Amino acid sequence: MFLKEYISDVYNGVTSLLKGMRKTGYYFFHPKEIITQQYPENRATLNLPERFRGEVVMTHDEHNEHACTGCTACELACPNGTIKIITKFDVTPEGKKKKAIDTFIYHLELCTMCNLCIVACPTDAIKMAQNFEHSVFDRNKLTKKLNLPGSKIREGVE
Amino acid sequence: MFSLEGITNAIQNWLYNTFNPSWALVFECLIVILLATGLFAILGLVLVLMERKVAAHIQIRLGPNRVGPGGMFQTVADTLKLIMKEGLTPDLADKFLFNLAPFVVMIVAMLLLAPIAFARGFQIWDLNIGVLYVSAISSLSVIGILMAGWASNNKYSLLGAMRSGAQIVSYELSAGLSVLSIVVLSGSLQLSDIIASQENGWWLFKGHIPVIISFVIFIIAVTAETNRAPFDLAEAESELTAGFHTEYSGMRFALFFLAEYINIFIVCAIGATLFLGGWMPLHIGHWQAFNHIMDYIPSSIWFMGKTFFLIFLIMWFRWTFPRLRVDQLLNLEWKYLLPISMFNLILVTVIAILGWHF
Amino acid sequence: MYTQTEIIKDTTVNGSEGELVINVGPQHPATHGVLHLVITLNGETIKKIEPHLGYIHRSIEKMCESLSYRQFIYVTSRMDYLSSHINNLGSAHCVEKGMQIEIPARAKVIRVLMSELTRIASHELWLGAMAMDLGAFTPFFYAFREREMINDIMEETCGARLTMNYMVPGGVMYDIHPDFQQKVKAFVKQFKEKVTEYDDLVTNNIIFQNRMKGVGILSKEDAVSYGCTGPVARGSGVSCDIRKIFPYEIYDTVAFDEVLETAGDSFARYMVRVREMHQSIRIIEQLIDNIPEGEYQAKTKAVLKLPKGEFYSRVETARGEFGVYIVSEGATTPYRIKFRSPGFSNLSALEHMAKGSKLGDLMATMGTLDLVIPDIDR
Repeated sequence: MFLKEYISDVYNGVTSLLKGMRKTGYYFFHPKEIITQQYPENRATLNLPERFRGEVVMTHDEHNEHACTGCTACELACPNGTIKIITKFDVTPEGKKKKAIDTFIYHLELCTMCNLCIVACPTDAIKMAQNFEHSVFDRNKLTKKLNLPGSKIREGVE
Repeated sequence: MFSLEGITNAIQNWLYNTFNPSWALVFECLIVILLATGLFAILGLVLVLMERKVAAHIQIRLGPNRVGPGGMFQTVADTLKLIMKEGLTPDLADKFLFNLAPFVVMIVAMLLLAPIAFARGFQIWDLNIGVLYVSAISSLSVIGILMAGWASNNKYSLLGAMRSGAQIVSYELSAGLSVLSIVVLSGSLQLSDIIASQENGWWLFKGHIPVIISFVIFIIAVTAETNRAPFDLAEAESELTAGFHTEYSGMRFALFFLAEYINIFIVCAIGATLFLGGWMPLHIGHWQAFNHIMDYIPSSIWFMGKTFFLIFLIMWFRWTFPRLRVDQLLNLEWKYLLPISMFNLILVTVIAILGWHF
Repeated sequence: MYTQTEIIKDTTVNGSEGELVINVGPQHPATHGVLHLVITLNGETIKKIEPHLGYIHRSIEKMCESLSYRQFIYVTSRMDYLSSHINNLGSAHCVEKGMQIEIPARAKVIRVLMSELTRIASHELWLGAMAMDLGAFTPFFYAFREREMINDIMEETCGARLTMNYMVPGGVMYDIHPDFQQKVKAFVKQFKEKVTEYDDLVTNNIIFQNRMKGVGILSKEDAVSYGCTGPVARGSGVSCDIRKIFPYEIYDTVAFDEVLETAGDSFARYMVRVREMHQSIRIIEQLIDNIPEGEYQAKTKAVLKLPKGEFYSRVETARGEFGVYIVSEGATTPYRIKFRSPGFSNLSALEHMAKGSKLGDLMATMGTLDLVIPDIDR
């Protein structure tokens, strides 16, 4: 009786090990199953989903116009103080004073990509870009000015 | 036909004709030293790369593929890095033993190279107690490991070394017993005789099931003896960080690493010699034509092919199984491997006496 | 500068006669983070374990007090980063409870789907990491292959792979991606095919079973008195699934079983998690074709103000009960926030479980506790 148990112990143990080896052996001899992506080489074919949060950018159209009114909703929504908006007063042709942005400062080094500023923006002026390669040698380069030089607010955006 | 034997004989004749015998011997020794060291360096580089590639393919990865074509020079780059690294010695370590240990492990690995027949007539020292020599020397490597573990003055190292001691001492037994079954069948301790006895078929095929059992036990025991997973308790990464070589860095670490792979090569070479016929081509009984075709493949390729097959098997183990616990490791040896191999040895002896093998 | 004899005599470093004190962590392959365990050994046998915390303390609770009710949710992803969706859900839930916001049915279903996907992803990672603790490296990569599919789904719908911040008070941030249902179905199909691999490689492996069975036993009474929750307690037979006891969202309408094992050893905890993955798949299969049409987010005010009072809500993360306790003074920021994280209580049972076992058993026990250190340390 003892001997029978002993032999079945050995048999079950060896078969369980062989099953595992069959599985790993299968993968060894089937290189098609390899799932590695070779990252820097596949940059051209790299397809990131449109919602992927890489960094905050401000969209500009072909006339170098953006939709930011300088309402600072994003600045208030940000949990980390990532966004700083400096406003100025433009004088419209009718002679009225109008609030507009001077500089939209974005601190990438503080950003956690939580998307709250995008949700808060009433005019969809900012969005998340898919760029994720943020490495730079100087920390100052991470502080970005999002509105392009010479850009102005698009007509009709209030 | 290409043969290493001719080359070695030509060199020997030239040396003995040109110089007086004692100088010729010195030159021969120098050539052997050069060859052995070169072989070590190449084997270390190839085996580490092979291990990483095998691991990668089993783990559905690509493995090293940046340095050189297909990552061929990855290990060369790694070696260069290790050479340039500072070899630290802990403050309260026993400095002499700490520095000596990697060399002890390495020398043991080098000594084991002596009786291995790499090809027909290509053997450093065909001593008549070859099998005994191998099992005697291979158990010496534990001294180096214990030395490293003790001298590091690190608790992880000490635990690793102690585990390694218990492990090698017990697995030496079943490795020895499974080797004995071939000695019983072939009736000689000399490796060249054992190879010659497999002229008409390898022992694995000639010796029925008992030899297959002793082959399996041999593979398990040498996996444990070389501290490879699933028996890598001496360095058990998730428990003891790096075990006995936790404190080693730079080239001294590289020597431990190299010695591990050389040991694998050597035990696999011994396994190939004993069970798979060493450099002997695949011969089946009286199929003269088939045997003749097989003879055209050079003997060195036969030897390397068999050895690397066994190495692959051991690597396959490593990347499949979890690690055993220290008491289970000893249970496996004393409750399973040792009784089975003892019983198996009796069977083999009966077969040998009655001449039931082919 | 110590001399050698001084160090040898120092019992806090070396223990008293016949003892060996080793520091596992803060940098150690088995602790999966910066957990520091001071272990007193007698040979290979563990006599005492003393966990030291504080290496990754970021004072998240205090940080949350200065953030508004919309903002503080993203911070909770940084605690238990492997079940960040469920953490976010718990926090959003507490705010909704206080504001008495009614969530649209579509948002509820999406939340449950995301929670279950997160649970599977977390258990997959745990499976691989635990096999690695036991010295088997390969299951880690196989488990990650499936987890990667979930991450891709998350990336497509939520925009991030680990710290999603997808749950907002009132629903979810976006509607699901058009490909969502198809991709989840593909994942369910692949998971069902590949799950047998884990059985071959891990569950049925004789070495693995010997390492796990009868190791790190936690009795039912001890599990309750240490405050263990989640798979750790369910492995000891304590029924504690928040999804069953205090159903939130739509967990009371979907059919699934609370997984219970009674052995209380490491293998029982392992089996609980493996079977839980199958239950999560069951929930996903029920819901994936039945996502109701409608709004994905309730209309909420721009600035949320919780009424004066105390609010508590709990959810079942992959590790156990996650509780959010908010004290509000009626302002836009909470007066005090306390998180009840499952890992902390589970870790406290470690010494009880591992005492008297071998050093190798500690890794098996710690692996089945599924510790995420930022969750313990906050």
